[in-house]
Amino acid sequence: MSVVVEIPSALQRFVDQQKQVEVQEGTVKEVFAKLIGRHAGLKEQLFDEQGRIRSFVNIYLNDEDIRHRKNLDTVVKAGDVIHIVPSIAGG
Amino acid sequence: MPSVPSKAPVPSGAPQAARAGSAPLGQTLTDLIGRTPLLRLERIRPAGNLFAKAEWYNPGQSAKDRAAWRIVREAERAGKLGHGKTLLDATSGNTGIAYAMIGAARGIPVCLCMPGSVTPSRIKILRAYGAELVLTDPAQFSDGAILRARELAAADPERYFYADQYSNESNWKAHFETTGPEIWAQTEGRVRHFVATLGTSGTFMGTTRFLKQKDPAVRCIEVQPDAAFHGLEGMKHMESSIVPSIYDAHLADGRAKVRTEAAYRRVVQLAQEEGLLVGISSGAALDVALRVAQEHPSEVVVTVFPDNGLKYLNEQFWDDTLNK
Repeated sequence: MSVVVEIPSALQRFVDQQKQVEVQEGTVKEVFAKLIGRHAGLKEQLFDEQGRIRSFVNIYLNDEDIRHRKNLDTVVKAGDVIHIVPSIAGG
Repeated sequence: MPSVPSKAPVPSGAPQAARAGSAPLGQTLTDLIGRTPLLRLERIRPAGNLFAKAEWYNPGQSAKDRAAWRIVREAERAGKLGHGKTLLDATSGNTGIAYAMIGAARGIPVCLCMPGSVTPSRIKILRAYGAELVLTDPAQFSDGAILRARELAAADPERYFYADQYSNESNWKAHFETTGPEIWAQTEGRVRHFVATLGTSGTFMGTTRFLKQKDPAVRCIEVQPDAAFHGLEGMKHMESSIVPSIYDAHLADGRAKVRTEAAYRRVVQLAQEEGLLVGISSGAALDVALRVAQEHPSEVVVTVFPDNGLKYLNEQFWDDTLNK
């Protein structure tokens, strides 16, 4: 069983145009490490120079912001869905 | 420096009943749109050649009042609004606030489509003005809101006037008629460089067309996010978005890209060095305009600060900055 990461349209070019990617369970940090291991271009998009999630990037685990849980240490179980929610744009 | 233009009473167009034998007393809300101050950024740029239009001096507190007011005015004049018809559009925020405010003041129902990721405070502002909101999938950015507005408009053309700020000529014309002439007058014709961020592109298109008409040598530089995935609220990465039909990619003399974090740093700098609490797109505008002002130390550089920062205080970057 694995975790589903939903990829917003603005990032799909970094994951071979996929709308979702399946990754093995673990903490959010581990999930993203595996994701970036496969799709290196995502790193600069999602993390700052210090390795923190960029401040406009919101990561939701089953519709709850991980900042309201244990942030990158939040445990993700098989069957969970992670959403990467971008900022809004344009007028 | 030329004096700050005043928002003096504009008597024309006032209802007859308000006239007490001569010019009407007081002003209406829409009289207050435009004629914003031109600020000299003296601490960030001591050479004194960097200026910004303080667009939060508009009654809806953003540059979008200008476009929204011209869109409404033209639609009323053409008979497309009135008789209870609802103004419908897609907006990520400031245009929505402008529509909701002007709609309330003129008795026009307003319906706005926007990504569900807009901040709760933004939603409250719009509801406070009485606007109806349709929230769309956040993962689709503002494109999801645009597509939804098109669907609604097509499904019920009798009910809606689809304002379509991305295609409405009044959007850029508002800036051709107001922002451009104001900058020209406030700099006494000495503006040599104009820098503006792109959202719908209306501010850049209209102001640039006016300035180039006055002096084709004025250099105009557009500012976009550096990537499709960004945190520059109100700004559009044209390559990866539905391109507004009012946008002409050939108009700019130069194109600059700004990374979100660079804009955040400029927002903090403006608050703490100039006492100007502005929105994120103002930070992006400053990042580029300052570079231009440094490259051309004896020439006047003007940019636009589209809104103030109050709506953005709950953004994560402020917490990250203040908790350091």
